[in-house]
Amino acid sequence: MSGSWTRFNITSIVLGFAFLYLPIVLLVVFSFNESKLVTVWGGFSTKWYGSLFNNKGLMDAAWVTIRVGVISATFATILGTMGALALTRYTRFRGRVLFSGMVFAPLVMPEVITGLSLLLLFVAVGLDRGFMTVTLAHITFTMCFVAVVVQSRLMTFDRSIEEAAMDLGATPVRTFFQVTLPVIAPAIVSGWMLAFTLSLDDLVIASFTSGPGATTLPMKIYSQVRLGVTPEINAACTLLIGIVALGVIAASLVNKRREVQRVRDEQAAQRG
Amino acid sequence: MADTSVLADAAPRPAPTSLLTAVLNRVVIAVPYLWLLFFFLIPFIIVFKISLSQTAIAMPPYTPVFGLDTLWEALGELSFDNYLWLTEDPLYFNAYISSVVIAAISTFLTLLVGFPIAYGMARAPSAIRPTLLMLVILPFWTSFLIRVYAWIGILKPEGLLNQLLMTLHVIDEPLVILNTHTAIFIGIVYSYLPFMILPLYSSLEKMDYSLIEAAQDLGCPPISAFWKITFPLSLPGVVAGCMLVFIPAVGEFVIPDLLGGSQTLMIGRTLWNEFFNNRDWPVSSAVAVILLLLLIVPIMIFQNAQAKAQEQGR
Repeated sequence: MSGSWTRFNITSIVLGFAFLYLPIVLLVVFSFNESKLVTVWGGFSTKWYGSLFNNKGLMDAAWVTIRVGVISATFATILGTMGALALTRYTRFRGRVLFSGMVFAPLVMPEVITGLSLLLLFVAVGLDRGFMTVTLAHITFTMCFVAVVVQSRLMTFDRSIEEAAMDLGATPVRTFFQVTLPVIAPAIVSGWMLAFTLSLDDLVIASFTSGPGATTLPMKIYSQVRLGVTPEINAACTLLIGIVALGVIAASLVNKRREVQRVRDEQAAQRG
Repeated sequence: MADTSVLADAAPRPAPTSLLTAVLNRVVIAVPYLWLLFFFLIPFIIVFKISLSQTAIAMPPYTPVFGLDTLWEALGELSFDNYLWLTEDPLYFNAYISSVVIAAISTFLTLLVGFPIAYGMARAPSAIRPTLLMLVILPFWTSFLIRVYAWIGILKPEGLLNQLLMTLHVIDEPLVILNTHTAIFIGIVYSYLPFMILPLYSSLEKMDYSLIEAAQDLGCPPISAFWKITFPLSLPGVVAGCMLVFIPAVGEFVIPDLLGGSQTLMIGRTLWNEFFNNRDWPVSSAVAVILLLLLIVPIMIFQNAQAKAQEQGR
């Protein structure tokens, strides 16, 4: 069904998007501000970016954050994809209700509770708080997001092509890697990206579960924000936004190209 | 752990053709299952246990109630002191109440702001809907902390909003918005708006708009057509969206801490202070347990909505 533009629809969309984007745009604009006063425009300058790269504390924290993000997103993607397969493919196993509950609950669980409970677990099993514990915590809460993303792709998946592969003699394992995996790959990639950005973003869970030597960038930014708004923080935020925006655009281009390729292949197949 | 044996009789649908496949099928279920049991469920049990233990000045700062051999002994030492303490100090009660009130008001405001946007998107020409959808999701990819931080620069007394309003001569004195409840409402509406728009959009997009045309042909005024047709049909989206906003908002820490100022009481912040400033782990565990009990009903509603959506998607 095709829609139509009415004045009400246009107004609400324009106002809505202005509300969503204006604060971010202002933040980026003021990171190029010459003046130390964040809200008074004093001319264009990139000097805050220079001082950012000389700030060793921030740079160290950025490095920790990226490592935690890459490692946790990778494990979360593997675990989350397995969880999604378990939820969609195996409709009956005992404890399935508990399992789906454990997958969906972390999506809405207040972060303070997740953070506190994981910390108490780490203390109870005698694990020293640090890089490792933050990574484990991030795997746990991001794998559920991956599971939801992959699951929604699996639900629209056409099972008959898997059956066809197996009828032609492919083993289930081979069928999974050669038929299923390529089809759900875009969902897995966006799941990884989602896990990575969530990890990059997390302040509360990291604050509870990290220890000395494992200060992440959000923790560093938070402690500086509490002291006041500085252009340097604006610059750091702008860089983060830039990295994430580039990643999202790249991923959507890759997806689009795959989609076009798929449509072309299907047409070719139909022509025989 | 009773559940490891439970996994053994998992019934995989494609009949296992070999032992390897059968093993792999079980691994696919067992690995994420055990991971979540260990890192999600067991931690809650520990929180619950510690909330019943005594505060101790040590490291870790509580007397542990662990170990099977000491279980009976430990049962005698369980104490509800922490919960009693929560009821005695009105601070906690007020924090719970004000968290729920603030979250409820913000959820309602998010619905008010989000509905027209979702409606406009669902009625937009279908060719540009995917683009609009991506534009709603995109801010969600930028850091939550950054988005909240951006509002400090806008809302503070010498901030951009006050500068704009004073240049336009709308106001003479800067408005005090930062460090008030208004700032928290703005922060929550802003941060959680995509969570409201997406479920609303997906239920509004599926709606059959010829129903509205039919109602209007029969002489129904647009406003009552909205309340009689559009709104009831969008209810699943409204419920899912409201739960997605309300549940995390109740336990929100960053927004009240950065935008709400020191006098704002919200339970997420109380828990944080209890833990990091007072280092009272048993009391913060008790705070967490009660917060969880408070949220169980909304979480169940959310799970139900999620399960229903799954059934329909099948």
